[in-house]
Amino acid sequence: MNKRSLVSAARWSCAGFAALLLSGCNLEVLSPGGDIGLQEKSLILIATGLMLLVVVPVIAMTLIFAWRYRASNTKATYAPKWSHSTAIEAVVWIIPCIIIAILGTITWRSTHALDPYKPLEHQAKPITIQAVSMDWKWVFIYPQYGVASVNELAMPTDVPVHFEITSDSVMNAFFIPQLGSQIYAMAGMETQLNLIANKPGQYAGLSSNYSGAGFSDMHFTAIATSQQGFQDWINKAKASPASLDDQTYHALTQPSEKMPVTYYANVKPGLFNSIIGQYMGDMQMDKIGVEPQQASAIPSHIDHAKAAE
Amino acid sequence: MFGKLSLSAIPYHEPIIMGTLLMVCLGGAALLGWVTYQRKWGYLWTEWFTTVDHKRIGIMYGILAIVMLVRGFADAIMMRAQQAVASADAAGYLPPHHYDQIFTAHGVIMIFFVAMPFVVGLMNLVVPLQIGARDVAYPFLNSLSYWLTASGVVLVMLSMFVGDFAATGWLAYPPLSELKFSPTVGVDYYIWALQLSGLGTTLSGINFIVTILRMRTPGMKLMQMPVFTWTALVTNILIVAAFPVLTVALALLAADRYLDMHFFTNELGGNAMLYINLIWIWGHPEVYILILPCFGVFSEVVATFSGKPLFGYKSMVYATAGIGVASFVVWLHHFFTMGSGADVNAFFGISTMIISIPTGVKLFNWLFTMYRGRIQFNLPMMWTVAFMVTFTIGGMTGVLLAVPGADFVLHNSLFLIAHFHNVIIGGVLFGIFAAVNYWFPKAFGFKLEERWGKASFWCWVVGFYLAFMPLYVLGLMGMTRRMNHYANPAWQPYLIVAAVGAVFIALGIGFMLLQFAVSIRNRAENRDLTGDPWGGRTLEWATSSPAPFYNFAVLPKVEELDQFWADKEHKRAYPSHARYADIHMPRNTGAGLIMAAFGTVLGFAMVWHIWWLAIGGLLGMVGTFVVRAFDTDVDYYVPGAEVEKIERARLVPLNKLIQNVGPASAGEKVA
Repeated sequence: MNKRSLVSAARWSCAGFAALLLSGCNLEVLSPGGDIGLQEKSLILIATGLMLLVVVPVIAMTLIFAWRYRASNTKATYAPKWSHSTAIEAVVWIIPCIIIAILGTITWRSTHALDPYKPLEHQAKPITIQAVSMDWKWVFIYPQYGVASVNELAMPTDVPVHFEITSDSVMNAFFIPQLGSQIYAMAGMETQLNLIANKPGQYAGLSSNYSGAGFSDMHFTAIATSQQGFQDWINKAKASPASLDDQTYHALTQPSEKMPVTYYANVKPGLFNSIIGQYMGDMQMDKIGVEPQQASAIPSHIDHAKAAE
Repeated sequence: MFGKLSLSAIPYHEPIIMGTLLMVCLGGAALLGWVTYQRKWGYLWTEWFTTVDHKRIGIMYGILAIVMLVRGFADAIMMRAQQAVASADAAGYLPPHHYDQIFTAHGVIMIFFVAMPFVVGLMNLVVPLQIGARDVAYPFLNSLSYWLTASGVVLVMLSMFVGDFAATGWLAYPPLSELKFSPTVGVDYYIWALQLSGLGTTLSGINFIVTILRMRTPGMKLMQMPVFTWTALVTNILIVAAFPVLTVALALLAADRYLDMHFFTNELGGNAMLYINLIWIWGHPEVYILILPCFGVFSEVVATFSGKPLFGYKSMVYATAGIGVASFVVWLHHFFTMGSGADVNAFFGISTMIISIPTGVKLFNWLFTMYRGRIQFNLPMMWTVAFMVTFTIGGMTGVLLAVPGADFVLHNSLFLIAHFHNVIIGGVLFGIFAAVNYWFPKAFGFKLEERWGKASFWCWVVGFYLAFMPLYVLGLMGMTRRMNHYANPAWQPYLIVAAVGAVFIALGIGFMLLQFAVSIRNRAENRDLTGDPWGGRTLEWATSSPAPFYNFAVLPKVEELDQFWADKEHKRAYPSHARYADIHMPRNTGAGLIMAAFGTVLGFAMVWHIWWLAIGGLLGMVGTFVVRAFDTDVDYYVPGAEVEKIERARLVPLNKLIQNVGPASAGEKVA
């Protein structure tokens, strides 16, 4: 295999690769279904564009210099002693500084604008969904509607959704790529996320933080639908024979994989807080106003805590 | 008696592992048998295992790294194969229990037991030669560092056959790595392997800081040190500042697992966020520990092969130091999605971007070193150009990930995986390959042949792009990392391309091994008689190839940067001395190897809760150290007459040669 054939092989594989890249594919992150995702998409494109201002010249100069100053090209100037130029040094420090100053400003602003905790400015009243990650499934509680579901959530379009997120196991991350930001789910803590869906559709949701053997199947469907469709979904949940009480909840916490979508017509009030509270010790439980009986809602963990005491 | 250890710890039911075990046993037996047959045990013990010569320790680090590169790559290609077939929720051929260990082992091995040994080995081989020293400051400690790294390797390899390895991801985030969720010994193997090798690395860091600050040849000021030595200095400062944090984080995790503490558990006030912060306070400097020496390599290579001094030496030094300092204030960018406030996220995002400024300056400086040069495209230079193109792309995607708003959708996706392979392969590995080709003659006395080297180069470069560009796309398609199988069939074509890329990389590794084999066979043709095969500029090229065990018969005098280049120009590069003084050298010792062997026993016993054996291992380690501390016969003098004999044998023919063809091209002519 001589060098030339290798170069041409490399060239062909690059061309084939580029063709593959350009062939139609659904870049979910770059085809958002909601405003947060839209802002994040344009942020990615703007930041990439800015950086290409430096990256493209650097790559071009690398290839041009490498070719032009190859040893066999004796026509090119050779300056064997030249190693300093204040002008060039000033330029190579200043240009990256300018780019980063611009990008830094964009970063400061966008980070505040896209702060996951920041409530969205919108005329519609937000709905709250409480998400709990477990081994290996997602439980979604709708406190305003008193229903819950496993591995499927629904939201009305054009209504801000306020997610309260925790884990009743190891760390996970709650992520619906087409709607935008993700955030970690951690036991004993509540993280928050504010999203909105503007386009109706069924969006893939997943855990983006590895959480053990059943992690790969820890995905769910996020249904964004009209107000009516959302109400229908709530009614469907309400019609379910199952309810999410202590016993059902305890069964859910047992590790399982590929759990089918399940709806619960009733949810024990304060369940979400008691899920967090079980890891926080007695003082914290008092603080969030959980009754002692409620605190012992989840037998296994309380036993564990008692044993440790 | 044997703690948790029983025969059932061996995974008989896993055909892949048992097959590997069989191969390792057969290969190992063949190797041991061959060494015995050749009667080389005495030679290996006196010349290599007990050596305190920094050059030989450097070579042993390199061999260790190459062996582990093959192991880590075997993991990689298994993952690529699994993901290429496990589409539409097909199970593939690796169950999660096995797959999860593989991706964990791949990350741990590639960072701790491939990249780190390569980089530390390189510093060992080159730094003392570049600063005109005869060895490192603490030669015994250096040997101990190496063997402790080897202990870590032994434990990681053993975990495959006895018990299991962590299935937690390479940083073993709690609470997943806590006893409740990872009850097997996998995480314990992880902890003890990293504690042993981490101790070795910290000791190396101390050793090299002292070496560089205290043992430079007379006249060499800090601002006259070669750039590689500068990057090594900053790297070792980072090691000493960062590795103790890793040690503490792992010790706390061990306390949770062994002593029922609750530093990082869900219950009783534990908090995993503490661990995640600690591990990244080590983890981010760690990536600069890997890349900075490689930046040093590229600086040396680009100047040598362009036939010019490095453009903007001072800029380069300040940029290196700046990166070193800044690397400690960026760790939070690894978890923007943990829910910190916007001020905190923005601070860490912007501080991360600021690192790209000195990095960008470095790229421009390499470019302007090439500008108006006469570039010889030998393998080190080819790797450098490939690096400059590849790393620029990786840097761009890195800055993109540093924007919290963008990271919110890209975090933990395959986009992130593509990014860090882009900088670790395109930066660190390409740098190491450039360095191996560049300094090989200094270590062994002959050049690596270029034909198979170029085949390897093209396979690696093409393989890298094929394997990782599709991952960027997959990240944008919403595919997250560490998936054993997936539902979305649209991802599969990209994963198949990535698997093809992995095959190209396999060829690249194969050709590289072939390159070594062919070069060793044909070493007579490629012998480097001058000690300066490339027309080098720095002191390591002033001595012979391979460098004599005392490095320099007479310590070189330094008055300027690129002293050797100036000496060659003034035809005073190879002075003959009327008489040579005795040279003070450290004596070989097996203490480092014995301590590390006891350390391995300690680690293994701790993993399996065999307490009496653990105590034995610890006592053995400490006892060996005490014995060593009382040993007064640790050095000797090489008589001047012997030095004179060695030097005359080199200089007389060399000076004749130089008179005939001129200094700069002598190496080429001889080759």
